[in-house]
Amino acid sequence: MAGTVTRNLSGARPASRRSITEPAPVRWLLIGLSLIFIGLVLILPLVLVFTYAFQQGLDVYFASFTERDAARAINLTLTTAAIAVPLNVLFGVSAAWAITKFQFRGKNILITLIDLPFAVSPVIAGLIFVVLFGARGIFGPWLIENDIRIIFNTPGIVLATIFVTFPFVARELIPLMQAQGNEEELSAITLGASGWKTFWRVTLPNIKWGLLYGVILCNARAMGEFGAVSVVSGHIRGKTNTMPLHIEILYNDYQFTAAFAVASLLAFLAIITLILKAVIEWRTSKDIIENPES
Amino acid sequence: MPRNRSNRVLPGFGLTLGFTLFYTSLLVLIPLAGLFYLTSGMGWETFVKKAITDPRVIAAYKLSFGASFIAAVINAFFGFILAWVLVRYRFFGKRVIDALVDIPFALPTAVSGIALTTLYAHTGWVGQLLDPFGIKISYTQTGITLALVLIGLPFVVRTVQPAIEDLEAELEEAASSLGASRWQTFTKVILPSILPSVLSGFTLAFARAVGEFGSVYFIAGNMPFKTEIAPLLIIIKLEQYDYQGAAAIGAVMLIASFLFLLIINLLQAWSRRGAVK
Repeated sequence: MAGTVTRNLSGARPASRRSITEPAPVRWLLIGLSLIFIGLVLILPLVLVFTYAFQQGLDVYFASFTERDAARAINLTLTTAAIAVPLNVLFGVSAAWAITKFQFRGKNILITLIDLPFAVSPVIAGLIFVVLFGARGIFGPWLIENDIRIIFNTPGIVLATIFVTFPFVARELIPLMQAQGNEEELSAITLGASGWKTFWRVTLPNIKWGLLYGVILCNARAMGEFGAVSVVSGHIRGKTNTMPLHIEILYNDYQFTAAFAVASLLAFLAIITLILKAVIEWRTSKDIIENPES
Repeated sequence: MPRNRSNRVLPGFGLTLGFTLFYTSLLVLIPLAGLFYLTSGMGWETFVKKAITDPRVIAAYKLSFGASFIAAVINAFFGFILAWVLVRYRFFGKRVIDALVDIPFALPTAVSGIALTTLYAHTGWVGQLLDPFGIKISYTQTGITLALVLIGLPFVVRTVQPAIEDLEAELEEAASSLGASRWQTFTKVILPSILPSVLSGFTLAFARAVGEFGSVYFIAGNMPFKTEIAPLLIIIKLEQYDYQGAAAIGAVMLIASFLFLLIINLLQAWSRRGAVK
């Protein structure tokens, strides 16, 4: 025993560093395993998307988007995101304000409810709206009588998209605003600022990076959702097909180049999302270093 | 103290909570309640027949839960190694790998689905190397498991990573200076303190995999009794206008999700308690 201690004392630095890591062969084995695993599961599929998308040249690549059904699918995806994302941002900010600035009963239940759509299968997210609004659903007969179409139509796609992207913004903001506390808002209000002014001038600048990240993730998921939208869309070509559903049709038609071309757009979106995430994380850590008290 | 004061001073309580409750009820609570309403209206016997005793449904549950479980085990193993490597070691390209781990969060499932299927089909880049050995991945249960591994990976890595970062180096140093080998330190000191986070990550990946549809749909081949997952069966029932059958399976899966949510909350409470100690 004594011998061990003295030995460690005599060569404190190198000995302690060696004692909390693994021998070099083990390290290289673990790094190698990680790289092979991530290569087979994540990197190769991503490389394959772009290789197949460009395999017949740029002309074919760009023709894949200008083709009528593809253009309409892109249009519908953009429209859906343009409705779903702002609504969920409004909800997320409002829920985060209510939850982090006030005490009330049932708060934990509310937080669990907000998380719920993450736990639910996307197919079930679509199913619940078909059960409500489908031709044989609970409100189906009434909707048919009044000639309102929700399922197999844009409103159903928007509803299903809102459901699956529901928690993103709130989830990003709640922990952030909890960590920041209420002092700054309280000072602003005490000094006579209105509630809106406090929000715009005090809260928003503090949460801007977290909010931006939530919006980006929400948008990526809104544009890429497949399961939920697939259930409510009815796959009407050129009418209720979003980009992911259009990919499915092209792929099942053996139009692989076109399928991967449209897929590459969504893959670009995913990569941009991840790059923005890295930038935002870098900005936040810089903010923390520059203003450690906030 | 400041919390209590803010209850009176900060404005917007009624407005924000009111809107939050309204929006949550309209878009989450009422739709989910509709599913249970339809299920309860069909009577117990119909429910059992449609959601529990139908052999095709049972085969789908077995596949969905079985493949998800195996995928989550694989993810717990490799996800742990990956988290360890990313936190503890330095190597070229580490930051890129770290960023890539989030790909499944951001990449649409239809895209990963067609990419994996093409990659592992018998003519694909990887599939053609395996084909001579008689190993088939696309359109088999192995393919389904592979797609679920992709979907679940970031859940394990992102849950385990912070736990490894929070490990106190002093404990490992103490163990080694008391004569423990590196393997003993690992099994007796490191593993017990990060086990709750590994289990959390495992359950998150498992839960996500059970509900996954997009990436599996392409690689599965979708043969009844063989490669037909439960979410797909819901869609098939809906296409046949069998709303009751779809709702019954949906209700079973929803209850499974609630159970997962409960287990995850318990595990996270456990790992927080471990962190405080």
